Amino acid sequence: MLIGHQPKEFLLAVEALTVSFDGFKAVNNLSFYVEENEIRVIIGPNGAGKTTVLDLICGKTKATSGSIQFRGKELTKLKENEIVQTGVGRKFQTPSVFEDLTVFENLEISFPRGRTVFGSLTFQRDAAVKARVEEVAEMIFLKDRLHTYADQLSHGQKQWLEIGMLLIQDPDLLMLDEPVAGMSVSERAKTAELLNRIIKDRSVLVIEHDMKFVEDIAHKVTVLHQGQILSEGTMEKVKNDPKVIEVYLGH
Amino acid sequence: MIINSRFFNRSELIGFIALAALLFVILPLSLDVFRLNLVAKYLTYAFVAIGLVLCWGYGGILSLGQGVFFGLGGYCMAMFLKLEASSVENTKIQSTPGIPDFMDWNQITALPFFWQPFHSLTLTILLIILVPGLFALIIGTAMFKRRVGGTYFAIITQAVAAILTILIVGQQGYTGGINGMTDLRTLKGWDIRPDHAKVILYFFEVFLLFGCILLAQFIRLTKLGRILVAMREQEDRVRFSGYSVANFKIFAFCMAAVFAAIGGAMFALNVGFMSPSFVGIVPSIEMVIYTAVGGRMSIFGAVWGAMLVNFAKTSLSESFPQLWLFGLGALFIAVVLAFPNGLSGLWADYVQPRIDRLLASRKSKMSNGADSSVAAGAPAE
Repeated sequence: MLIGHQPKEFLLAVEALTVSFDGFKAVNNLSFYVEENEIRVIIGPNGAGKTTVLDLICGKTKATSGSIQFRGKELTKLKENEIVQTGVGRKFQTPSVFEDLTVFENLEISFPRGRTVFGSLTFQRDAAVKARVEEVAEMIFLKDRLHTYADQLSHGQKQWLEIGMLLIQDPDLLMLDEPVAGMSVSERAKTAELLNRIIKDRSVLVIEHDMKFVEDIAHKVTVLHQGQILSEGTMEKVKNDPKVIEVYLGH
Repeated sequence: MIINSRFFNRSELIGFIALAALLFVILPLSLDVFRLNLVAKYLTYAFVAIGLVLCWGYGGILSLGQGVFFGLGGYCMAMFLKLEASSVENTKIQSTPGIPDFMDWNQITALPFFWQPFHSLTLTILLIILVPGLFALIIGTAMFKRRVGGTYFAIITQAVAAILTILIVGQQGYTGGINGMTDLRTLKGWDIRPDHAKVILYFFEVFLLFGCILLAQFIRLTKLGRILVAMREQEDRVRFSGYSVANFKIFAFCMAAVFAAIGGAMFALNVGFMSPSFVGIVPSIEMVIYTAVGGRMSIFGAVWGAMLVNFAKTSLSESFPQLWLFGLGALFIAVVLAFPNGLSGLWADYVQPRIDRLLASRKSKMSNGADSSVAAGAPAE
């Protein structure tokens, strides 16, 4: 292995991760580590493999080789729903909410209880569920729209709703794929405020192109290029890295 | 059973009462036994349609093989009735008395092992549920755990329907072949053929149907019902909310299978025979059409769809037998193109708002209050 001793202090340890699609290595021998309460932003040009990395961690794509350890558990062997249950939440790039259900029902489905077939048949909408749903709805600016069907929300509101659905899962690692893409200026500011509030007490892995936004939130930045790490470190360090300027920031 | 405003909303309650009045009072009082028995036959398909509402309408899983489960339920019931009709006394002219006549014609001299449980009514009732349920569990597990879905799943269910038909027709000595199981006579010594028995069986079936309606409504209202809708729209989001999507699909498919099997068993009882012509591809597709016409999101719509399409089928094929299949095809095209939510969708879009407006305007005239017709019309969909 790459390192001598097992790093227990890391929340997420990705090591020698490789995935190949018909011979094309979208992610190639990638290793990185995320600590507890760290906010890590992944940047890089299109096709660098950013979304694929998130897909690999959450189990949507199966790794060809390598390992992903989350709190010492090997994620590459687990199914998607089991990965969620160990504490990893994932937001997709395009808002994926349940449009034929209300905001309340969307949030309720994400509440981490009654996730088996029998459990969902006997699930009761009790005070704890209602309180939690209302609390989260307030955080995502949708408190007065609890009984609106999700298909009537704006693009930005759908993004918030999906963030809220993750929030109610209370994951230890939150993965966000371009959370402010396609948002208006005022929605963007509100989202930054929302993210700053929800990233407390958990680790966050974000893909984002908006450099201003990245600078605001990132503890550490990883730059991907052609499935490999080009540079890693603080925003200041990465920004001044000549390799990064050449392939990504220079234009 | 809790039938309060939370279990049914206002329009569902009206639908429930209207259907109960029709099936329990109006039809039995206005139809002769022959026609009432036809309604009983139509209603056996309503069980299938309710199952399809859960599985297809809510869960988005299109099964083109519900005839398989209808058939399995029907054959389980028919096997019991056939055994009872094949007592040694009734079959003493056969070379092997005491076995069903078609076995005797096919040179089978002893009752096969899988027929043995059907001596007992209790076991038969259990098997009517268990055989189709387990079969659906096996198909569902094999397909959904491998993430086979959508069109591929529909085609595979259709293949299963074709295979089962061929199997039943081919194994004549064990199943009665293409003729099916005919000459069913008594249920625990009670003759099911005379008129008064048909009336009792009709009421028994309607009771069971309402039991299934309430069960389906219960499932629809639990979180599981909402997960089915969620799954239909954003399967990945459900998966990444921590649910095993495959297990929920298997559940919906098994429920639909069990509902279909109850319908099949009722068919054998009410119609008095069972044959492979209710198992194959064409009947399976017809069952989907009943659901589509009634409205695949509406439990009551499914019942209406099954009754009306079958009524049309009987009337049309009495006068123009060749035209029926064309009519059915045209109906399906019309539903898909013009009113995708079926009759219940038309009701919710056109009839319900008018009723609401009428009620609201009458109310506002009486109380001289503000016009609330717009507000009343809005939450219909």
